[in-house]
Amino acid sequence: MAGIPLVYSIRNLAVRRTSTTLTALGIGAVAWVFIFTLALAGGFEAALRTTGSPKNAIVVRSGAASELMSIVSREGASSITAQPEIARAADGSPFAASELVVIWNLERNSGSTTNVIVRGVSPHSLALREKAKLHAGRLFRPGLNEIVVGKLVSERFKQCALDDKIKLAGREWTVVGILDAAGSAYDSEVWGDVELFMPVFDRPVFQNVTLRLDDPTHFEALKKRLEADPRYSLQVKREDEFYAAQSGMMATFLRGLGLFVTIIMALGAVFGALNTMYASVASRTKEIGTLLALGFSRGAVMTSVLVESVALCLVGGVIGCLLALPVRSFTTGTMSFATFSELAFRFDVTPMMMVSGLVFAALMGLVGGFFPARRAAMMPITEAVRQA
Amino acid sequence: MKYLGYITAHLWRHKRRTFLTVSSIAIALFLFCTLRTVMTSFDAALRASADTRLVVRHAASLVFPLPFSYRDRLAQIDGVTGVSYGNWFGGIYQDPKNNFAQFAVDVPTFVKLFPEVEMPPDQVSAWLAERTSCVVGATLAAKYGWKLGDAIPIQGTIYPGEYRFTVRGIYKGKTADVDENTLFFHWDYLNEAMPAVRKDWVGIYWLEIPNGDMAADVSGRVDALYANSSQPTKTETEKAFQASFISMMGNVSLLMTILGSAILFAILLVTINTMMMAARERTTEIAVLKTIGFSDDLVLRLVGAEAILVSVTGGILGCVAAWLIFQRVDFTAGGMFPNFTVMPQTVGLGIVLAIAMGLVSGLVPALQAGRLRIATALRKVA
Repeated sequence: MAGIPLVYSIRNLAVRRTSTTLTALGIGAVAWVFIFTLALAGGFEAALRTTGSPKNAIVVRSGAASELMSIVSREGASSITAQPEIARAADGSPFAASELVVIWNLERNSGSTTNVIVRGVSPHSLALREKAKLHAGRLFRPGLNEIVVGKLVSERFKQCALDDKIKLAGREWTVVGILDAAGSAYDSEVWGDVELFMPVFDRPVFQNVTLRLDDPTHFEALKKRLEADPRYSLQVKREDEFYAAQSGMMATFLRGLGLFVTIIMALGAVFGALNTMYASVASRTKEIGTLLALGFSRGAVMTSVLVESVALCLVGGVIGCLLALPVRSFTTGTMSFATFSELAFRFDVTPMMMVSGLVFAALMGLVGGFFPARRAAMMPITEAVRQA
Repeated sequence: MKYLGYITAHLWRHKRRTFLTVSSIAIALFLFCTLRTVMTSFDAALRASADTRLVVRHAASLVFPLPFSYRDRLAQIDGVTGVSYGNWFGGIYQDPKNNFAQFAVDVPTFVKLFPEVEMPPDQVSAWLAERTSCVVGATLAAKYGWKLGDAIPIQGTIYPGEYRFTVRGIYKGKTADVDENTLFFHWDYLNEAMPAVRKDWVGIYWLEIPNGDMAADVSGRVDALYANSSQPTKTETEKAFQASFISMMGNVSLLMTILGSAILFAILLVTINTMMMAARERTTEIAVLKTIGFSDDLVLRLVGAEAILVSVTGGILGCVAAWLIFQRVDFTAGGMFPNFTVMPQTVGLGIVLAIAMGLVSGLVPALQAGRLRIATALRKVA
């Protein structure tokens, strides 16, 4: 005999409306938390992952995990930009930028303060970062007290809107432009002229040299030559890998926290689902006995109850996914341990995460439905049908 | 109270369901206590920092050092009774995953200014006497199995090169709030190893003041003194300094609150459902109770009490589990986070929440039971 029709399982859910709704909502909340924490860790990671480009290489001092720990002397920088593997800009100059990176305490809109990366950039810096575009205003003019700020800095910090004046290193700077770096880390930075920044910030050295490779396959040759140079202890990394590696610790922490919370919470919700399904099975003992008496196999009964449980949790999963959608518009910021400064990012709800949320909900349904389903399938027919 | 037997007997009749419900509430409260503890522990770390110590750093941010020459000038400022200083070393022990803080400090003044870092006197003198020595926190020493006399190699990142420190002391915190996950070594040793351009720079100065009331005055004097220099300072109490670190973490507390509420909400729904199921199954029984003379009010209370009993049991279990876990397991991630301790207030709040969950989840079934009409209920077949 064939399986029990799907609609039987679904109708069972519809009959016990209150119970179904409550359980589904509970499961939905778990799925929501699951997606929420994934989106949090994912957003943080995505901000750093999308910061670098595989076409670029970044040169820092050997052993430096972030630009903050790095020092590249002027001589070192000229020797780097003279390398043959560097692409040429339109004007024939090496497509490379020597940059200064410091962190500066700025006041958030909320009144609290945090560190922000202030980057002194060269003429090619913006073009090297393909994702970063001028969003509003104009670029700073070299030699003048002008800066451009990342979009998220502009939104989250005081005195960082277009035409605002802000004090850095004892001088007043005018915000002349807003940078849109498509959610990458540059959105959390302040940019200005490196040649002006060096004397103003009292820093005689660069923190990195970022360059475009004329051919990505030339990376190894460049790396080998520069790292072997005993005059400057340097380290060459692909730009995307360099930034992605910075997300490690914080992302692991966020993900670990999320996983810990969701798994334990899922356990609690599964207990609830178990209760619901046990009750569902118990309340129709006679019905199940009849199904078995009609000749439906025990496997079919078990499948039917499992389907009911999974469907119940999937309803919850869908609710969780829908409620997770608005999370996308949240922007938050947290300290990136690598640079010791604030990295703002948008919660990143990807379709993959929503699918994970649904799979997770279905899994809860399977686990929560298994024992009740087995109990239903194992019912002795004669006793079951005799029950009042 | 005399009906407690009736309630427990009823719960006992559905062992599995009771167990599952109690467990899910226990889990919710366990998570709640855990998240809450993370928040309160950050606050506790704040309380541990003294009001009678000021931190002087570069006005821009911590990455800019201050000249060593500030030391003598700071000592002369009115209200300052002691000056110490140190640099964040930020080195790596064997593997970048081994995360703990290392500080280069001026040892003679450091031991005076930080009485909460406790060591036997002979260890203090041994540390003072040897330039390449260090002291480590008890938790840290236990974690890596370090003993007095061990040499610890640390790979510098901000200060390149490998440094070797000999453990001459293992310190304990005077109170539980003091972090025992730090390595302190001689500032002089680090300074001498620096090339000329990087010599004589100090990360932060600590100033000792006689009492917390003077903090604002002294801070103002220090910052005014250097306001127009090329290295302006920012002076604040150690507490405020720590608070700024926590504020850098961003909306941690908001995130924890969102997660915590979602968890409680989910489990509340699940519990309401269970309670309603339990009451529904008993329709006949409740009718019988009323027939033999139990008042509506009493029946209402019996059903409600059952819900509260279940959730309070779960709540206590969850809070105790959280307490045990934080007691046994070290979550400090090598000094990155403060010591996590479950506060009595957290447990109290947890229990209150459990009672509230019991009340809410028992409300609908209790009202239904109270309003139940005997005749209709008895006519209904199971």
